[in-house]
Amino acid sequence: MGGRHFLPLTNEDRRAMLDEIGAASVEDLFKDIPPAVRLKGDLNLAPALSETEALQHLAALARKNRHFQNAVSFMGAGIYDHIIPTVIKHITGRSEFYASYTPYQPEVSQGMLQAIFEYQTMICQLTGMDVANASMYDGGTAVAEGAIMGCGATRRSKVLVSRSVSPFYRAVLQNYFHSRGLDLQEIPLREGCTDHHSLASMIGDDVATVVLQQPNFFGMVENMSGLADLIHAQKAVFLVSVDPLSLGLLQTPAEYGADIVVGEGQCLGVPASFGGPVLGIMAAREKFIRQMPGRIAGETIDGEGNRGFVLTFQTREQHIRREKAASNICSNEALVALAAAVYLATMGPRGIREVAEQCLRKTAYGREQITALKGFKLTFPGINFKEFAVTVPGDPAALNRKLLANNILGGVDISPFYPEFQNTILLAFTEKRTKDEIDALVQELEGWK
Amino acid sequence: MTYKVIDGLRYTKKHEWVRQEGGVAVVGLCDYAQDKLGEIVFVELPAVGAAVEAGKSVAVVESVKAVADLYSPLSGTVTEINEVLFDQPEIINRDPYGEGWVYKVGIADEAELDHLMDKAAYEEFIIKEEEE
Amino acid sequence: MRKPKALIFEISRPGRQGYSLPDCDVPEKPLDQLLPEPLRRSAAPELPELSETEVTRHFTELSTRNYGVDTGFYPLGSCTMKYNPKVNEETAALPGFACLHPCQPEETVQGALELLYNLEQGLKALTGMERFTLQPAAGAHGELTGLMIIQAYHRHRDDHKRNKVLIPLSAHGTNPATVSMAGYEVVQVPCDERGLVDLDALKTVADDTIAALMLTNPSTLGLFEEEIVEMAEAVHEAGGLLYYDGANMNAIMGYTRPGDMGFDVVHLNIHKTFSTPHGGGGPGSGPVGVTGRLVPYLPVPLVDRQGDKYYFNYDSSRSIGKVHAFYGNFGVVVKAYTYLRMLGGDGLKQASEDAVLNANYLMNRLKKTYHLPYDRTCKHEFVLSARPEKKKGAGAGDIAKALLDRGFHPPTVYFPLIIEEALMVEPTETESKETLDAFVWAMEEIARDIDEDAEKVARGPYHTVVGRLDEVRAARSPVLSWQNKPAKK
Repeated sequence: MGGRHFLPLTNEDRRAMLDEIGAASVEDLFKDIPPAVRLKGDLNLAPALSETEALQHLAALARKNRHFQNAVSFMGAGIYDHIIPTVIKHITGRSEFYASYTPYQPEVSQGMLQAIFEYQTMICQLTGMDVANASMYDGGTAVAEGAIMGCGATRRSKVLVSRSVSPFYRAVLQNYFHSRGLDLQEIPLREGCTDHHSLASMIGDDVATVVLQQPNFFGMVENMSGLADLIHAQKAVFLVSVDPLSLGLLQTPAEYGADIVVGEGQCLGVPASFGGPVLGIMAAREKFIRQMPGRIAGETIDGEGNRGFVLTFQTREQHIRREKAASNICSNEALVALAAAVYLATMGPRGIREVAEQCLRKTAYGREQITALKGFKLTFPGINFKEFAVTVPGDPAALNRKLLANNILGGVDISPFYPEFQNTILLAFTEKRTKDEIDALVQELEGWK
Repeated sequence: MTYKVIDGLRYTKKHEWVRQEGGVAVVGLCDYAQDKLGEIVFVELPAVGAAVEAGKSVAVVESVKAVADLYSPLSGTVTEINEVLFDQPEIINRDPYGEGWVYKVGIADEAELDHLMDKAAYEEFIIKEEEE
Repeated sequence: MRKPKALIFEISRPGRQGYSLPDCDVPEKPLDQLLPEPLRRSAAPELPELSETEVTRHFTELSTRNYGVDTGFYPLGSCTMKYNPKVNEETAALPGFACLHPCQPEETVQGALELLYNLEQGLKALTGMERFTLQPAAGAHGELTGLMIIQAYHRHRDDHKRNKVLIPLSAHGTNPATVSMAGYEVVQVPCDERGLVDLDALKTVADDTIAALMLTNPSTLGLFEEEIVEMAEAVHEAGGLLYYDGANMNAIMGYTRPGDMGFDVVHLNIHKTFSTPHGGGGPGSGPVGVTGRLVPYLPVPLVDRQGDKYYFNYDSSRSIGKVHAFYGNFGVVVKAYTYLRMLGGDGLKQASEDAVLNANYLMNRLKKTYHLPYDRTCKHEFVLSARPEKKKGAGAGDIAKALLDRGFHPPTVYFPLIIEEALMVEPTETESKETLDAFVWAMEEIARDIDEDAEKVARGPYHTVVGRLDEVRAARSPVLSWQNKPAKK
């Protein structure tokens, strides 16, 4: 039988316990399950493996994959191969953290609560917002929940989302809105950025939230000036989805007048893990706190005046407000938020600035080299933070196969999401990419087709 | 446990009290309700001028671990709200029948007051509620 | 025992550095040329400045101020805080899983796809469902996905009058919150004197306006809904669907399956039943399984196999779309698959048996001291009421604090709502009889302490790093980040 090493009861224990209960057998304890619904026969599962066998089986599966350690990745589109300081996994690997429950009993959860409080502070520092929550599932659900937050705050049900927002996030947003019967409209693109003129004509006093992304899906730094006034004139909410790492360098959302900030925090020291678990970031101006979903840690004192931390504003949440809750979210990504806090503590203000600057510089270098190649054309003019869209002379899948043969994970094909941009890929250049690696990529691209 | 109940007020089954002051009804939360709820940390009040309907939720009162709706005992229009509660919601705990009043509503139909309990009826009601 | 701890910002020293980055090796251009100044932030974020030593010591000390399953017994009802096998952490961290980009070509992620495919086969066998999506990132996320599927099904049939979802009074808070989030109205179904769903009441509300019944079985009282067949019939006859909240799946593995009970949609809590850690609140994973007629509505993509090749299948015109930017919490799913392969069918059945045996043993011992409102055979958990103790001056919350002083994590308190002063106890199968006995002694001792000096118990805990914290102050004068002035309300 499998899993014995996780089952401490001995047969003598079981016998003694049944005697205490007054049951003849374990089967007696399942008598309340009616015969009609009983499982006939055994569970049809693969036979149990020992620990060694399980490790070997999983390692064999893992070996079938190419990954960031045996190929050089230029893939982006929301998930990136950044440098991850080694210290992070040693902290998140402490079982007092990873094997703990939600900190509902604060006296024995001060570690996690304080870490969340510190994480919230760091997110506020990065974004310029007043309050941050303890995390959402990912960037996509954070966008959806943030847009809904705007609906709650304005008591309106129409949301405008730019087509320069990640199509992965818009898919989630669309789904959440369709289910609820909310109205979602897309602001068209102009040169790879949000078309401000369209936004101006679409916005009205029926709009709850305007959703933008900075840098946008194509890696472009959008012009945010004047947007807050336009949006606030209609008493609508300005939501922006950010790359938190870009905020080492870029203007903060508070500076350009955003009200709610969401984003994907995977770039803050979190493994890509095929897209999950990652980290949904959410922060906002103070006046939105009652509409904010998720857990929030707050500072307080005990009876002797010692500082301590608790989960606060819990009346917003499902376990108290039930059908009137701000959201149904319960489990979040707390351990990933801890990883992000350790990352930001390790990097500090100078580290995060340097990472952001290296992303910017390496992307500029890659862009210059690649768009100088015959047949490769920059899709949109403008400023790129850590990735750019490039139109390539042929089928992206074929190009990626060629690159892979030389241990390069190539670009993300965007044509499935933007049919008007055929043969166009996103290439990402993080601080982890070296000049040699970029030059090798350029060499592979040169002369293709 | 005994709870304070005041003579001359009218009471609802949801533990709101009503004091008639001419054509206006002052509404608040009874001692019993504030005690059950515990220390109040937040209130959400209706807008002045809002139309309210008898039996419908018009305000929300929160403690750390519970949320209570305040249902309007009467139909009419909100004429005044107790804005002090935004900063000091704990007044409801301290003085539920006095300074802790919540909002005032213009009485549209005085007969609605007759559907509410008087002191004796309400006292009996909370004794029963306690037993359950 | 009280032990103050500085915040990371308070130990920061300008000039210290915890990172080590390679030099920028591409030709340097003036920053203004790459990013004009108006687009840059005006001041650096006030992040802490520390060497790696201090970062490590800070967070290590924080970890000592936290209670995990490896610290001791964690009998949180409906949370299934079972032991988290170490091997899971190893497999999920393999570079072949942890360092995958979600947009990689399928031929470069065959092992990952095979794992997803295999796990789906296992979950199907365990639940009796036709297909699963592994995309939802948590239980509540699974609930929302499930209701979206149910909604799409009714809408596709042009059955637009269904605007309600039935929920028993004992349900987890996520159930009603999810119902609202999907745009439905909640209809509560009462429980009868046995603590089970009132079948007659259910029949009277099950009409052609209900989209579904959401049910946890066994319920949050730890009781198996014996009339599940009749309940399923009543809901199906009304044209509604049955939703299974898998939070309590740990009680029934190998004995019955949601599919056998008549459920149409199931979510599982991977971080409960499948031994993956709770992470101090997450990440979890909440796969959703459905019966045949609902398969077309599942989120895309599903993982399919052609010959020996695995691929993402987006070919589904009726799919609800996506609920996560990518494929959900893959890293968590790797751990669940590791666990499933290590236990196998007989191991999972034994896990459920021991979980139920542990719960019944603990219940029978504790009911001698504490009030047990529903005294019948339980499944994996049971609920005590501290109402008598509350009358003496120390209630469920105080008992919880007294347990902290004795080195135990307390049970879930004040839930389910239908029991006053509830203490909801779920021991799980990974605890020994000695641990359970020690817990019983502690609970008996607390009962004696309450008899002697309830007020003293109500002032606890005494031996934790901080005393009982003032939650009223935290809510009235919120401080939600370091040194923020208390936010105005």
